Formats: sequence, C-alpha cells, structure tokens
Amino acid sequence: MSSPTAIVLAAPGTNRDLDVSFALELAGASPRIVLLAELLADPSVLGAAQMLVVAGGFSYADALGAGRMWSLELSHGVGDALTGFVSAGKPVIGICNGFQVLTRTGLLPGSLGHNESGHFQCEWVRLEAPPSKSIWTAGLEPIECPIAHGEGRYVHPDVAALTAAGQVALRYSGTNPNGSLDAIAGVCDESGVVLGLMPHPENHVLARQHPRRTRGTQHGLGLHLFEQGVRHARGM
Amino acid sequence: MASGVRLTIRSSGDDPRSGGLVADAHALGLTAVTSIHVADVVFFAADLPHDHLAELEAVLIDPMLQTGTWDVPTDGIETALLPGVTDPAATAIQLAMATVGLPHVEVATGRLFQIDGDLSPTEHAAIARRLLANQVIERWAPAPIEPHFIDATATADRTVDHVAVTNLTDDELQALSRERGLSLDLAELRAIATHYRGVGREPTDVELETLAQTWSEHCSHKTFRARITTADGTEITPLLKQLRNCTDRIDAPFVVSSFVGNAGIVRYSPGVTLAVKAETHNHPSAIEPFGGANTGVGGVIRDVMGAAHHPIAVTDILCFGPTDLPADQLPEGVLHPRLIESGVIAGVADYGNKIGLPNVAGAVLYDPGYIANPLVYAGCIGIAADAPELPGPQPGDLVAVIGGRTGRDGLRGATFSSATMDATTGDVAGASVQIGDPIVEKLVIDAMAECHGLYSAVTDCGAGGLSSAVGEMAEGVGADVDVTLAPLKYPGLRPWEIWLSEAQERMVFAVPPAHWPSMQAVCARHGVEAVSLGTFTGDGVLRVRAGDLTVLELDTHFLHDGRPQRSMVATLPTPHRGDAAAPECADPTATLLALLAHPNIASKERVIRRYDHEIRGATAVRPLVGAHHDGHADGVVLAEPTDTHGFAVGIGVNPWFGLADPERMAHAVIDEAIRNVVAVGADPDMVVLLDNFSWGDPRRETTLGDLVMAVQGCCDAAEHHGAPFVSGKDSLNNEYLGSDGQRHAVPPTLVITAMAHVPNADATVTPDLKHAGNVLVQVGSTDVEFAGSHFAKLHPVGPAVVPAPVADAHDRYRRLHRALASGRVLACHDLSEGGLAVALAEMAIAGRLGVRIHTLPHADATTAWFSESNGRFVVELRPRDLTWFTELVGGPIHVLGETTTHGAFEAPGISASVEQLVAAFRQEGAL
Repeated sequence: MSSPTAIVLAAPGTNRDLDVSFALELAGASPRIVLLAELLADPSVLGAAQMLVVAGGFSYADALGAGRMWSLELSHGVGDALTGFVSAGKPVIGICNGFQVLTRTGLLPGSLGHNESGHFQCEWVRLEAPPSKSIWTAGLEPIECPIAHGEGRYVHPDVAALTAAGQVALRYSGTNPNGSLDAIAGVCDESGVVLGLMPHPENHVLARQHPRRTRGTQHGLGLHLFEQGVRHARGM
Repeated sequence: MASGVRLTIRSSGDDPRSGGLVADAHALGLTAVTSIHVADVVFFAADLPHDHLAELEAVLIDPMLQTGTWDVPTDGIETALLPGVTDPAATAIQLAMATVGLPHVEVATGRLFQIDGDLSPTEHAAIARRLLANQVIERWAPAPIEPHFIDATATADRTVDHVAVTNLTDDELQALSRERGLSLDLAELRAIATHYRGVGREPTDVELETLAQTWSEHCSHKTFRARITTADGTEITPLLKQLRNCTDRIDAPFVVSSFVGNAGIVRYSPGVTLAVKAETHNHPSAIEPFGGANTGVGGVIRDVMGAAHHPIAVTDILCFGPTDLPADQLPEGVLHPRLIESGVIAGVADYGNKIGLPNVAGAVLYDPGYIANPLVYAGCIGIAADAPELPGPQPGDLVAVIGGRTGRDGLRGATFSSATMDATTGDVAGASVQIGDPIVEKLVIDAMAECHGLYSAVTDCGAGGLSSAVGEMAEGVGADVDVTLAPLKYPGLRPWEIWLSEAQERMVFAVPPAHWPSMQAVCARHGVEAVSLGTFTGDGVLRVRAGDLTVLELDTHFLHDGRPQRSMVATLPTPHRGDAAAPECADPTATLLALLAHPNIASKERVIRRYDHEIRGATAVRPLVGAHHDGHADGVVLAEPTDTHGFAVGIGVNPWFGLADPERMAHAVIDEAIRNVVAVGADPDMVVLLDNFSWGDPRRETTLGDLVMAVQGCCDAAEHHGAPFVSGKDSLNNEYLGSDGQRHAVPPTLVITAMAHVPNADATVTPDLKHAGNVLVQVGSTDVEFAGSHFAKLHPVGPAVVPAPVADAHDRYRRLHRALASGRVLACHDLSEGGLAVALAEMAIAGRLGVRIHTLPHADATTAWFSESNGRFVVELRPRDLTWFTELVGGPIHVLGETTTHGAFEAPGISASVEQLVAAFRQEGAL
C-alpha cells in the first residue's frame, strides 16, 4: 500500500512534532519534519506532500497569545500555498498549538481562549465524534487521549450554525476540561479536510500508553484518527 | 508618556487571572478587595500613524476574545519591568511587526490592574507592593506608568579597576569581602592576597569576582570538601570523599560516570546511556518564585545537556511554609508562602511545558521551617546513544558559546546563593534573579542533537556564567577569550558583567576549528546564535580580554586548586534510640481522616495537573493513577514507545525524621526512594541514587554534626542496597536572619532520587486496588517508631525513635521484585508517611474499592496503623496466589484482610466510607 508523505510543520517552540511523526508512521504515512523557516524559504515543499500536520507545542512561547506569531508568518509567507493545499482536498490537521494556529489563519472557524481554570492542565479526556463533514473523524469510535494546554477553551459566535454546517468534529465526553463552548474539542473547515483539535491523539497510539492499562483498559486508541487521515490521503 | 503610544488589551469575558488575585489579596489580609481586573499593556516608544495602529490591533487583539484601547487610563495601578529585565513579549511583538511589514520601534510590556473595594490609598499601595508587582523584577505606579525602553545607544565602559588586596590587614580584607559581597572567608582572602603578592600586582575587579564565584560554596562545595574534626579531636573523612568512596566500594557495573562533569551517567541496557542530575534553586525562588523556579528547571536541563545527553524528563521537589499562614505571622521582607507556592509551581510548569519535557516525579512538602527559605529541587534525565567519551578541550579548539544572549541577568548568583537571607535580600539581590526563555533552550537541544562528533567538550553556563563555564573547561589547558564578541541583549555591559552574567540558555563548547563551519550551519538552521569567543591555548593560563584590553589573567591551577581547604568543627547529635512507648489514639478513624487531609499527605493533583507528563509518549506509569486517575503512584516508569524495557524514578525525603535523628533519616529516605521504584516494577539490583542536601549554616557545629551523620547514614544505606550515588549537590546556608535577631534554619532536608532499571515495561504495577475479593498482605514488619511521624504532628507520642534501618531490606526487595515481575501481583504500594492506615486508604481511594481488615501486623493497634517503620509494602493478590507469594517472598508477611465492593474502610477501630476518604484526601472539606 502506498505511504503518503506527511509534512509535520514545526516552528520555534513546537515540541510534539516527534510524537505526531511516530503516530503517522504507525498509521502508514511517511512523516517528514519541516521547520517553519525552511517552508518560508521554499513553499514548494508543500506541493510534494499529501498531508500536512501543524504540530503542538508553544510556538514563540505563545508570547502574543497561543499560535498568533506562527499564524502571522504562515499567512504572510505561504498563505496562498496553504489555501491551494486545502482546495486540492489534501488532509490537514492542527493539534493543540496547531489548532490555535489554524483558527488564527482563518482556515478553521472560532478561536481558543484561556482555560476556565486560568492555567495549563494535563489530564486524559474521552472524545466522541458527532456526525460531521470531517474526513478525519466521521464514523470514528470514541478515543481517549491527554490534553496538555492552557489556552484550549473553544469559542465561536454562532455555535448552532457551526453544528448545523457539520463542522463540529469532536466533543469532550463526560468532563468538559476547559470550559469549551458546547464541549467542542475539535472542528473542521467547510470542506471537511482540515481538522483542528486541542487534545493529543498522538500520545495514545499504543495500548501501553493508556493510564488505566494496569487496570485492564485497552480501548480508544488515538491512532485510528490518523489512520482515517492517511486513508483519505491514499485515496487522493 | 513623553512620546509614543500604548495599547491596553482586556479580555471580553472574565479574565481567569482575576479570581486568583482576589483570593491572594484576601489571604494577605486585604479582605476589603471585591475584584481585581487585569489588562495587558503594550508600550511603543514612538508615535505611530493611524494605519499602523489599525495593523497593530489586527495583530495583537483577537476580536473573539479581547478588546483593546489606545486611551491612556486615569485610574488603577500599573506594573512594568525594571530596566534590564528580559521582556520576551516585547521581543515577540517586534518580530510580529517586522513580519507584517511595520517599521522597527522599541516596545515594552506591562499590566494594568483596576481594583474594586473599600480601600484606603495605603491599602492600594500594599496590594501593589505585596501582590501585583514583584519588586525584584517589576516597578509599580498609579496608572499611567512611565515605561522604560531599552537604550540602544548605550556605550560600554571598558575600564578595568585594580582592587588593592596585597597590603590589607585581616580586618580590611574581611571588610572588602563584605562590601563587594564576595562571601569569602579570611583564609581564602589571605590566599588571594598572598597569590597576588607573588604575582607582583593587585587583582583586577574581574579576577576578584571570578575567584569569588569559583570559590563560592555553590561552585566549590567547601563544606563537603572540608577537613572536619569533632569536638574530641576525631578527624572525619571529607563528606564528598565519603560519598565517592561509597560509590567506588559498590563498584556497580552499570555506572559509567559518577561525581564528575555535570551529571551522573549509567548504562542499563547495551548501546544506551542515561544521564541524571538534580539541583536546588532555593535562594532565587525565595525572592522571585516564578523566575527562580523557572530557571532552576532550565539550569538542571542544561546540566544534562552539558553531559552530552538529550533531555527526556524533569522532576521537582518543593518545600513551602504553610499556605494558610496568618499575614501577621509573616517575617519582614518575606513573601507569603501562598505566593511563593503559586509562583514556584507556575515557574516549574512554564519551563517544563514549554521546552516539551514531561515532569514525571516529585513531592510537595509543607512545614513552618520553610516560611522564609522555600526549597526548590529540580531534576533532569537525559538519554544518549553509547558514544566514546569526549576527549576534553584540546589546544587550538575554539571557545564557542551557543544559545541565548548575554545581559545583566543573575549577576553574582553563586555568591548570593552562598549567603544568608535577611529582610533586605529581595532589595539588594535584584540582579541575582535570572529570567528564563525555554524556547531558546529547546532550540539549543534540537541543534545539539545534530552536533554529535563535532565538539571535544561541552558544559553549561550556570552559576558564575562564562567565568565558571570557561574557567572550568580551561582547567590545565588555558584559554584566551574576548568577551566583547559575545552577543548581547542590549549594549552598555562592562566586561566583568559579560564575564559573570548568569543569562540563561547558553552552552559553551570546545570545537576543533575544522568542525566549526558544520556546527555553525546546524545552529543557523535551528535559529540558534553561535559565536566563537577565542581559543583554548595549551599554556594553562586563563586570559580574558575586552578587545585589546586584558581584564583577567589567572593561572588556572590557582583558580581551581588555590583555595585553602576549610577546617570545620562538628558536634555530633545524640538522638534518642532507646525505649519507645506506643502512643495512645482515642479515635483511629478521625486520625486517619486528619492524616489524609494533612497537606503533606493529601492529594497533589492540583499541582501535578499543571505539568505535562504525557509528552514524548514514554510515560508508562504516571504520577497519578487509578480508576479516576487521582491516586499517587509510588514511582513513575518511563519507557520509549519502541522499547520493551524502561526505567523508574522514585523520591525519598523526610525532614521531620531529620530533626530527630539525621543518620536514621538518611537511611529511611534512601529506603523510601528505593521502595518507590521497586513497587512499580524496577530491579533493586540496578538502582542509582542522587543526593541533594539543603541544610542550615554548617559553620554552626551542631548543624554540621547533623550533616556528618546524614552522610554517614547515606553511605551505609547505599552500600546495604548496592545502590551507588552518581551525582549530588548541596545547598547550605538556607537560613533567614529575622529582624528579631534570630537565625531560622530549614529542617535538615535530604532529597534522594532513585533511578532504576525496569526490565519489562509492560509488567509495571500501580497501587490502586483492582478487584473485590482479593487478599491484602503487608510485606515487612512494624515496630514502635513514631519520632518525626505524621501521627506525631497530630498527637503526643512521648519518647520516640525514628524508624531504624531494616537488616534484610535488600533481600526482601529482590524477592518482592521477582513476584512483581511475574505479573501476578495486582497492586503494590509502599508504606511511608501516615503508615499502614494511610497506605490502605490511598489504595482504596485510587481503586475506588473497599477494604476489610481483620488482622493487624502489630499487637498494639496504634503502632500497627500509624507507625512509619521502614521496609514495608502492601500488595493485592488473588486468593489463589497467596501461597505462591508467601513462599516466594518469605520473611515477615502479614495477611491483613481483603478487598470489597462495600465502598468502605472496615477494620478494628476504623470505619469510614471510601467517599469520606476521597473527600479528606482531596481536602474537599477544607476548600
């Protein structure tokens, strides 16, 4: 089976690029970490890829608000190439900081504010995928994985319209950890190829990584989300 | 503002920072405060045209979350950073302006606070001074504040002063040390004067400062290297030598390097080595909790990088005063423990989370002894492919500095941390606090990962800055450097400031000139600055220049070996080791609930959740475990996702034992650290230890005597377990000179970190109870040992002893390990603070299952429940495995009872629902 090339984009302060690369490899893709400066110097590297991942971390230390500096550089440097990638129907995913970046570039709706608690939180959550346009999550069984963020409270001016448009891709099930509107954990663009989510499915790709493994729990691998993305990229 | 504009940015909804500030104000006794609104302020040094203002709004304000105004406020309190303090937000804004094509302008940031409540102007000022502005790094003023911008036109004063020492009397030498804050004693001052009489000139100011840094307690461990005699004239082997000898005697095959370089190095599996190190950052954290703790984490990560290893995890152990301390009991000049706690935790979280390392193990302790002297221990573990040892700096190698820029941060940090704190410390020590930038350090890590084979030596810039890093590397080789080649954060630094600055995130490498272009290329790709300041010479002389002007010329032998060995006298403690009577306990249930709610035992979830412990996907046993992920694990296990094996990390610490019997304390905390790793599945025959001592002033003979006995206990326990020390650090002088004239020392606080091999990462064990109907068994025996116990914090105990070492502990742990490795032990938990009752309750809480106990492991119920004897565990077994377990593990084994679905702790004298236990443990009644 073909192994689609996935660019994992990393800015200064991105720190889950290796984790997501490992997940992509397990899911059947060929990941390649590209530094933001390299992409800005040569936007054509995007053309050679079938998938794009904007990885999590603290780009530019979140100095102006999470993801803002990175999104400025993307919009001003390679905005057209990005739009082209999406309109070609190639799957794009932004995780955590990557989600924050994609909302600020306008590729995804809404925005992400400080958690209700006022600080960074690291804990495991359960995610359910409502029916949506997302090629990453439609039909996905519930997954369990950690969150690790301080600015993950999803806001949107018209959540009813967003839901009706089939753009709510993931919801927190049970506890809503950060006060997100309508417990929204992930959203997609109008076409369904771009997904943004705050939790880290890349940190639950092996059964050993589940915190209740010593209690016999074995379900909800985040790996399946990446497998759906890779399947879509293969079909392109 | 004289000229320029300012943008005030507010949250559209409630700002999450506001609630915390009101609670903090109330805790400080300012109960009239009803609300504090926070806004961020950005100052621009020039007036800007309207279209630029609109572009800035688009860049800086998220309309879905924030509103902004260019109006200047007329009420409220504003804070801004002091001149010279690093302002990463301002740098980011300038970068953003460049990205969108706006012209360069100087930028500064601050905050605006609008306070509601019936408050006098004096109370407003008190809030600003004690809560809103940390005056070590910030100023405050009624709004609008006048910002300071970086003076890009400042010029450096390149003069060098000579300081007359050669003809000074002893009194004059000591006066000089006090005036310049050198923290040197008379013998050391005399050695310097004698040296310069021989050289035939006076030292330069740079030389004197360099000697003071290199010879500081912080850098040279004078006490641990000192000649110590007891009052009766018996000579004691220097403490550091005792620890090294102990490691040599154990001679463990998996130790690659111990007590040399920046970190201990071990090899548990072929082809891979692990580096491990723990450090303290106590003094900086006392005066600027966020920055102090932040750079403590950054510093210990650099220690592991300085051992040429790739960091993979961090740890932290924190000791605070009681956070409910009444405001009127706070010593003058001391921050409230509540503010220290929140600042330190935020600082640890900020660095670890941003650099992208899981914070996996730790402890938080509370005691009145830490009110003025909080303790912050930070540890780091790194990994590397088994590579040939670095050869060390060679003549002709370049002296390369890689990473962050140099500013006035942290000047004289090493000498500062070797002095006693008093009410003025926060005012005078401002420049001693460093500000961290974890993203820069992350980029240095990434660059280093691609530099294997390109350098002959590496070390980090920590205390003492370049003076310490280059000084150490040049030992015996010599170096010639020009400090004016170092990239600066802002102009105007004098040569000694560049040489001694403790600006963070810098590493020094010795690089063969042929490899320098490759190394520069790697650094450029990662956006890391790399410059060469000079060369290692081969003549054994350390020479520092500012351009053509020589500001320091020192024989490296004198610098490193010229300090006279300190002679000290110790009075050894005489702890009570005799008879102990079992104490009374009228209500064991109430005692258990009170112990679970005690700050030292209660849930630390609110702290642990602030740290990312998931990143890298290698955390196989997390700090929080169980049915609801809210039970404390004994140790943590890390295993690379592609590996079948891993390693465990466990912590042992008990200052209350230390107050009563420092020698037994050392035994007990080593036993505890090892129990913690064994309980999760580590091999007790593959353990290494780190020792970190935080102590009072060792020039007090009894304080030194306590230290001597603690080291004795360390060596005995390490040898018993065959677990060598691979690295250690001491932080002495943790004392506060109160305005009452009294000295207040911290309790003797020895933190032991154990790191051990886990042969099978899929056969780990956690303490949460798994199923009803299983058998509960105590391994190990209980004696009447209540001195320093948590029971003794609640009830009188009479004459009491600290738990004694267990003669066959190591064999017991070996046998238990075999049982755990079989996969047939369902839960395992070590017994420590609070004894058996607390351990069983913690297992019930973590598993949300009941326990029914029918047999106690000691004839006296209070002893059985609450004594804190060493060498004990509770395990959960299927009934059919009991015989197998008893035969395999042998020794003292007590069948206690069974697990139930009753949702209760049922036992002779104790009856509580699991819900009650959970509520106490989570302090839900108290909050």
